[in-house]
Amino acid sequence: METLQHDVLIIGGGGAGLRAAIQVATDHPEMSVAVVSKVYPMRSHTVSAEGGAAAVISPSDSLDQHAYDTISGSDWLADQDAVEVLVEQAPKEMLQLEHWGCPWSREPDGRVAVRPFGGMKLERTWFAADKTGFHLLHTLFQTSLQFDTITRYDEWFVTSLITSDGRCQGVTAFDIRTGEMRSIGAQSVILCTGGGGRVYPFTTNGNIKTGDGMALAYRAGVALKDMEFVQYHPTGLPGTGILITEAARGEGGILVNNEGRRYLEDYDLGEPLDVKDPKHPEKRTMELGPRDRLSQAFIHEREAGRTFQGPDGDYVHLDIRHLGEPKIDRKIPMVRELAVRYVGIDPVYQPIPVRTVVHYMMGGIDTDIQGATSLPGLFAAGECACVSVNGANRLGSNSLTEILVFGARAADAAMRHSVVAPPPSAELLQEAARAERARLDDTLLRPNGGGETVAGIRSELRETLEEGAGIFRDGTGLEETCATITGLKGRFDKLALADTSTTFNTELIAALELGAMLDVGEAIAHSALARTESRGSHQRLDHPQRDDEGFLKHSLAFQGDGDPIISYKEVTITRWPPGERIYGSA
Amino acid sequence: MPEQTVFEVFRYLPDSETEPRFDSYEVEYHDNWVVLDALNHVKEHQDPTLSYRWSCRMGVCGSCGMMVNGEPKLTCETFVRDYDTETIKIEPLTHFPVVRDLVINMDDFIEKLPTVSPWLIREEEKDLAEGEYLQTPAEVAHYKRFSMCINCMLCYSACPVYGLDSTFTGPAALALANRYNLDSRDQGKEERAAVVTAHEGIWECTYVGECTQVCPKDVDPAGAIQMLKLSYALDWARSFVMPRSRR
Amino acid sequence: MTRELSRPLPRSWWLRHAPYFQFMIRELTSLVVLTYAGLMIWGLWASGDGGSFPSFHDFLSSPLNVWLHMAMLVLALYHTGTWIALTPKVLVLWRDDERIEPDVIAGANAVLFLAVTGLVLWLVLG
Repeated sequence: METLQHDVLIIGGGGAGLRAAIQVATDHPEMSVAVVSKVYPMRSHTVSAEGGAAAVISPSDSLDQHAYDTISGSDWLADQDAVEVLVEQAPKEMLQLEHWGCPWSREPDGRVAVRPFGGMKLERTWFAADKTGFHLLHTLFQTSLQFDTITRYDEWFVTSLITSDGRCQGVTAFDIRTGEMRSIGAQSVILCTGGGGRVYPFTTNGNIKTGDGMALAYRAGVALKDMEFVQYHPTGLPGTGILITEAARGEGGILVNNEGRRYLEDYDLGEPLDVKDPKHPEKRTMELGPRDRLSQAFIHEREAGRTFQGPDGDYVHLDIRHLGEPKIDRKIPMVRELAVRYVGIDPVYQPIPVRTVVHYMMGGIDTDIQGATSLPGLFAAGECACVSVNGANRLGSNSLTEILVFGARAADAAMRHSVVAPPPSAELLQEAARAERARLDDTLLRPNGGGETVAGIRSELRETLEEGAGIFRDGTGLEETCATITGLKGRFDKLALADTSTTFNTELIAALELGAMLDVGEAIAHSALARTESRGSHQRLDHPQRDDEGFLKHSLAFQGDGDPIISYKEVTITRWPPGERIYGSA
Repeated sequence: MPEQTVFEVFRYLPDSETEPRFDSYEVEYHDNWVVLDALNHVKEHQDPTLSYRWSCRMGVCGSCGMMVNGEPKLTCETFVRDYDTETIKIEPLTHFPVVRDLVINMDDFIEKLPTVSPWLIREEEKDLAEGEYLQTPAEVAHYKRFSMCINCMLCYSACPVYGLDSTFTGPAALALANRYNLDSRDQGKEERAAVVTAHEGIWECTYVGECTQVCPKDVDPAGAIQMLKLSYALDWARSFVMPRSRR
Repeated sequence: MTRELSRPLPRSWWLRHAPYFQFMIRELTSLVVLTYAGLMIWGLWASGDGGSFPSFHDFLSSPLNVWLHMAMLVLALYHTGTWIALTPKVLVLWRDDERIEPDVIAGANAVLFLAVTGLVLWLVLG
């Protein structure tokens, strides 16, 4: 059997992965680059991003302003050198996408349009109606099709990283269709596998967001950084958790409690302007505040009994009626479609029921600002990575920007490494595949396992994370969650599948994903327990203040023999000394 | 509405069986459930061996296409309450080989897609430093609809031409060719002609029109193909009358 | 590699779904148009020097032919209707960034058809 080998191997075919692949194909057409994805690339979760991608474009805007908004939005946990790279590279990336055909929405004169977004002082969010992620992903995917040097392994599931000689030399993966386990060798591997929102029970994330790549890196000895920072988006539909984009608020939508009040006024987010006021919505104020603060406000309102009750839990109203039908259909048509279809509400005539929902993981695989991890030959980019540009809370529309900027950068770093690193040997690859095959056969695929089910362990994991590691946490709850996860891991080790077939075995995939989710869950819980302060999206009821002296640092979770080992590393501060996060000021 | 729905689900387990069969699952009725919710319930609580594709559950990733009572549907957008029957039949999308259960082999589409050159083709690239290609909102509107395809393959299932002859390029691929042809920034219409106007391209379409009927994103692939026919036919006629003029 | 299952389309595919059946009828109406074209050509030849128009006229006046012509008229009208419905698919016109309603395009074509039909009837009968 021939060995499968490439110069650069990319795991994950979403925005970051495809951007990285195109970067290799255009910059080094003599290199062989491959993209391995457990789904066809156009199914990647980038596709569901809605609102937009931030990049400085107006003459009245500045890179420094975008950087400041991002850094203050992150509650000062972002690495400022990384943020400076992000904001500086952003406009170029958006223009590149435009040149590749992305259908950005336009001003009447034909220039690209931008809209306001949460936490941003000025309009800088590029958008393609409210299906920006969809258009971005399809533009990248279609553009990638013209390069012969990009090989794709569609519907292959990566089970481990191959490490030898102190460096990463490839992956073991099986073709989901046949179940056949192979090694794919490469001098450089870039993980672009996305976040892990599916470890929580109520999330905007699709089924595939199970933190697979984070677990791969974790098991190979790389730290997961800032895992305690999980973003709850303020506006998801009750029941399904389907995302209603922040753009609805960017265009002027308001959040209202059961008393008909724009309650964000009570949470230090400024003064509301009348919706008819031409200056509404005011940037960095009220509904355009940062996501962590808005989600926390929802919880407070719920506790005070000022939310609506429904069959799928509590909710508040997102009112966009005053925008009018033409504006809604032009700027946020998908919001209308989703509301009509999934909650039977036409937002032109009625407010949309919304509630806070798990959406994004600021934390992830520890990388430097080139996208390199501590394991030579291993790189990471996108939501699965933590550079960190998002710190303790991400601003909306920075993520689509991040995946492009760091997808390209990680590819650059990977190419530099691939040129000098020796390719893996055939023996290493063959042995790795053989060992992985045996490992799966001896564990998940062994006959006659008893009792446990994937679905059972999975729902208990989700329950305990929501219970102990939700929007508001405390030491006791987190300790319980940590202990529960330890128990679940033990039960998972004993799991044997009901389905041991080889052709498209989705139970096997779900089990492997569950294994990754348990690693991600433990990293979240233990990191959260260790951080005895409140910052951004990590709020401790028993430690409600921000503590820069003790905790202006990134947490690092390393896989241990039992529990993870938590250590810390400094945040890079360049030009913006830590300050107060102030929203709502004139 | 019945309190329970019986789902008759197509099963094909090639590792252990040579013939397909149907399995029946009883699922409690929920007013706000989509068919996908029911399948997930079956997989989680009744039969973990049932295999199918899904991800976003909001109608944008294109994974979950299946035949529901004989019609191609996105199961994440198809509500159980719209079927006032006691039984709902679920099968894999027609016109594709079945890998297992509800999972089809869509290699054919994946191979065909690059052949229509679905990327922006320019004679001369503008430098990034010069900024964006200008494109008015009207120019965006001209191709916008055809850019909305989520590659869900329902149109291929609905198309009898594709069902009878799988060499037909097919609705989604051709609609994408039209998307790029109509994009004011694109200059690749001639380059796409060879594949688009080949026998297996637009001319094999007999305008049955069912592709447009089943499309969950209102892309109107049938319209796209007829537009391509007119557009390339006019080009062809023009090449006789004015052989030296360019597009 | 295990065997993939292929499910070929049955011969009766067009009987199983109303839109497919309508499609087949529409396609068959082209035979009607072809037949009528053949009759027209025969009639032209019959009204020429070498032809015999009276026998052609007798042939056309037989009861069978009258019924056949009425059926052909219905099918031809159906053919025309489906053709008119198709026109907005090929004729996509814009007023700035708003598409001209498909019904307007189809309606205009329908009006044009009725006008031409009226003109021909007036010329032939008037």
